[in-house]
Amino acid sequence: MDLNSIIVKSLTQSTEQVFSTMLGVEIGAGEVAVENGVPEANEGVVSFIGVAGSWAGTGSVCCSPLMACKICAAMLMCEAPAVNEEVLDTVAELTNMIIGSVKTDLEQHLGPLGLSIPTVVYGRNFKTKSAGTTEWTVVRFFWDGEALLVKLCLEPKEQAAHVLFHTSATQSCALDV
Amino acid sequence: MESDVLVVDDSAAIRKILQRVLRQTGMAIRTIHEAGDGQEALAVLGAQKVDLVLSDINMPKMDGLQLLASIKASPEWRLIPVVMITTEGGETKVAEAVKLGAAGYVRKPFTADQIKEKLAGIL
Repeated sequence: MDLNSIIVKSLTQSTEQVFSTMLGVEIGAGEVAVENGVPEANEGVVSFIGVAGSWAGTGSVCCSPLMACKICAAMLMCEAPAVNEEVLDTVAELTNMIIGSVKTDLEQHLGPLGLSIPTVVYGRNFKTKSAGTTEWTVVRFFWDGEALLVKLCLEPKEQAAHVLFHTSATQSCALDV
Repeated sequence: MESDVLVVDDSAAIRKILQRVLRQTGMAIRTIHEAGDGQEALAVLGAQKVDLVLSDINMPKMDGLQLLASIKASPEWRLIPVVMITTEGGETKVAEAVKLGAAGYVRKPFTADQIKEKLAGIL
């Protein structure tokens, strides 16, 4: 299995597990895509968490304000009529749990990785860019008529990371870096 | 006898969830104190009676492993059980927490039953 397939599988399983365990809902995975080039303008809630180690990058969760409120209401079992500090904190923690779980999965292939503290952005017509990264693996989920995008970009920091991935993978590797 | 618990996590959402889960366990819990990082937790420990600490690892200012080390190095607090609740599922972090004296380890995402099961032998 190549690295992108491992990432897609991990993003999907981790997101489904977090929603099932913490929100008590089943979330369905939809299309998988690879995003390249200049990022499009965002609107809504976007959270980021840095991944560091011999491979480095960023994990991200993006959703509409309505979806963010629904997630908060389900996770905290409370009313969440508008995006506020509690809603943003909940999306940040959701990101932390999803990408934290992905990190644990990827450590089997890439060696030890670290996570940063999450950052959340809420607004309209803004663009985001992770310096030095051009390609994101994106899995789209749907719950209650709303979409949730879970993304990860990851690149080797040094040649040693490539060797580590190839030598630690249990199956043949099609990764080319 | 009722216990006093300290929940340490930089996420207010997780602190709120743990408050609810701890109340749902049916365990004899009197007070649930909260702290947003290790430094705040040490301040609470200095001011309140605490019988159990539930702590995240990945936090700003002072992380959970530093907090655990500080508690275990204190003659006053070293017998307080500390359970780590974190997304850090790697064997290295688990081993480090156990080496520092953690009484248990729960991975996020968690269920109420997992928390209850972990605390059953401690409280």
